[in-house]
Amino acid sequence: MEMSGAHIIWECLTREGVSTVFGYPGGAVLNLYDALLDFPAMHHVLARHEQGACHMADGYARASGQVGVVIATSGPGATNLVTGLATAMLDSVPLVAITGQVRSQLIGTDAFQEVDVTGITLPITKHNYLVQRAEDIVPVLREAFALAATGRPGAVLVDITTDAQKAKTEFDWEGHVPHRHLRHLPPRPDPGQLQQALKLIKAAKRPIILAGRGIDLSGARQEVLAFAEKTSTPIAMTLLALGVIPASHRLNLGMMGMHGEAWTNQAIQESDLLLAFGMRFDDRVTGDLKTYAPHAKKIHIEIDASEIHKNVKVDAPILGDLRETLRVLLPQVKTKDHSDWLEHVAALRGNVNADAILEDHGSLQAPQVIHELWKGTDGKATVVTDVGQHQMWEAQYYKHDEQKSLITSGGLGTMGFALPAAIGAKLACPEKEVWVIAGDGGFQMNMQELMTLVQEGIKVNIAIINNGYLGMVRQWQELFYKSRYAATPMLNPDFVKLAAAFGIPGRVVTARSEVADAITEARGTKGPFLLEFQVEQETSVYPMVPAGASLHNMLRRETAEPAQIGTRT
Amino acid sequence: MPHVLVAYTDDEPGVLNRVASLFRRRAFNIHSLTVGPTEKAGVSRMTIVVDTDDQGAARAQSNLEKLLNVQKVENLSIRPSVVRDLVLLRVAAESTVRPEIIQLAQSFRATVVDIATNSLVLECTGSAGKIDALLDVMKPYGILEMGRTGVVAMARGADFFGAQSACTATEALAVNFQ
Ligand SMILES: Cc1ncc(C[n+]2csc(CCOP(=O)(O)OP(=O)(O)O)c2C)c(N)n1
Ligand SMILES: [Mg+2]
Repeated sequence: MEMSGAHIIWECLTREGVSTVFGYPGGAVLNLYDALLDFPAMHHVLARHEQGACHMADGYARASGQVGVVIATSGPGATNLVTGLATAMLDSVPLVAITGQVRSQLIGTDAFQEVDVTGITLPITKHNYLVQRAEDIVPVLREAFALAATGRPGAVLVDITTDAQKAKTEFDWEGHVPHRHLRHLPPRPDPGQLQQALKLIKAAKRPIILAGRGIDLSGARQEVLAFAEKTSTPIAMTLLALGVIPASHRLNLGMMGMHGEAWTNQAIQESDLLLAFGMRFDDRVTGDLKTYAPHAKKIHIEIDASEIHKNVKVDAPILGDLRETLRVLLPQVKTKDHSDWLEHVAALRGNVNADAILEDHGSLQAPQVIHELWKGTDGKATVVTDVGQHQMWEAQYYKHDEQKSLITSGGLGTMGFALPAAIGAKLACPEKEVWVIAGDGGFQMNMQELMTLVQEGIKVNIAIINNGYLGMVRQWQELFYKSRYAATPMLNPDFVKLAAAFGIPGRVVTARSEVADAITEARGTKGPFLLEFQVEQETSVYPMVPAGASLHNMLRRETAEPAQIGTRT
Repeated sequence: MPHVLVAYTDDEPGVLNRVASLFRRRAFNIHSLTVGPTEKAGVSRMTIVVDTDDQGAARAQSNLEKLLNVQKVENLSIRPSVVRDLVLLRVAAESTVRPEIIQLAQSFRATVVDIATNSLVLECTGSAGKIDALLDVMKPYGILEMGRTGVVAMARGADFFGAQSACTATEALAVNFQ
């Protein structure tokens, strides 16, 4: 059947199983938006900024595991996607971005709203395409979806000229089965490396699993748990793995790395075998590489060959899909009892009094708010965080048991991510209770999306942790720049009034005693609700491995005496 | 240390840019990069010489193999191979020294491809080492201009690898299923 390029795009999206897209119109996608009206089943979410639209598609993808789709016009529309694409790429989120481009004949002439989008996004996408003929749309889009979702997922951008959208051509779906995306899928795990890994596992006395987002991406939660239980191996988590292994599981050591648990980091330093499952030894996780886990052999199961030996030289590199690999390994590993090691690790935990900060000593502390949120939502909410101190406190104090229940920008650390990503997550999982936890700074980076939330008529609750500072930067200034607070104190709007202008009710919370009630009110309100928590301003996130320091050299709160906390202003 | 990588890529616009951009982004230092067609239509062949250690070469290879347009990469530094570079060299050559220069050129199997009143142009093919030696010998006469192609390389022996086999097994399987 003959169809216009624009109709072909929507038809492809429909056949790829896409029901919701996020976007923003403009001159170069007028054809595309016009054709949208002929696809009434397609839900288009109109963001208020293309960056917002891109984070929405990202949040949608992270919450659902499906490919997220974002649409933008040429020129400024496309450049506004850059931060969102990089955010998705660094956290291996499957995303397809469709941008309009000026007419083919105008390419290269600096025409109105022409920008070299494929050039700009080349290093922040898995691949990108410039499509100038309607006939190329089906093969390109099919390949783009296949590529975004397979292997190590990522962002793919398809730039389509207006003439390609307008021209009519035969729609041929079956004739364009994609195959190039299969080129670099890893082969079956190498038997030699598997044997080597089995030998290391057998010999280990103090093993630790390092759990990464790859577990969720390969659907290996059950296999990892089975492995950990059979071999009695504790599990340390990256930020992006929180929830992938239930926080309440007896072998779960919580988060490792810069703001991880001190005893978890200590255990890694004492370990004699690291089993890295779908993680990439990021510098935020390892600290100084020269002193990292000095006694440990390393097994790395990873789908992306370029990650193997990149930061840490490993003894048994296994290139492959994690789930498939563990399924081969599991029947071959012997049951192990590492109770001595587990007891030792538990003893390391013993001397930590992290929860002291949760006690009530007058002023409101951000960790208390997170703790109450965890209790108030039965630990079952999908929490979408922004970036900063509140993000780390969320990671420390909200105990995630379910997969995909924490959505956060890890690799890029993008402020302004939370609100739009939460909108995407809620649309992907309408049955889930979704909370935004954002700082006063980051919330102001994409707060225009409050209106998208209202227009979509969905319920997302928002908790702003207002400390009057770009808190995480202030913390570094306090610790490493002699408390010289350059450009971090911040004057803020009245967030509740602001919300009111969007038609969203809200409430300010200043005391510990009101927190639980405020959360109940927010949950009980139909539609979105905004809570502004005015917290102690100059608290820092502890423990902390300073950038580049050894994992075991963590800065700790000066005194465990909670009375000291929050009395510095 | 220079490592020689050969990449078989789809013959599509923009592939060279993707490869070059990758080397820049991952902070590799490219010595030379040449592109040309292969025995198979639709497949291009790039020879990339990159200054790095063994681990770096492995990293370059695995990153190259993440590019959709790259079918296969082989590292020729870890096996016997033929590596050839071509140079065109304009040497100052007054009539008094001309016979001497031509004689020297012959011992390098370089050919004279142009003669002018005060200079001549030599063409020479060989390993990078041989060409460097030729340059050393000609330097005293005065090198007026030099152009080098960058290397092309090929494995020696029967166990060769070509564009025909560049498509990976999984991909071939999918193509056959269509
Ligand atoms: C887009 C962007 N710009 C700058 C930064 C650097 N940065 C990291 S955390 C932070 C402070 C965030 O402040 P706020 O949102 O108030 O959160 P808090 O740390 O106070 O909880 C900044 C500026 C960033 N991560 N992202
Ligand atoms: Mg703040």
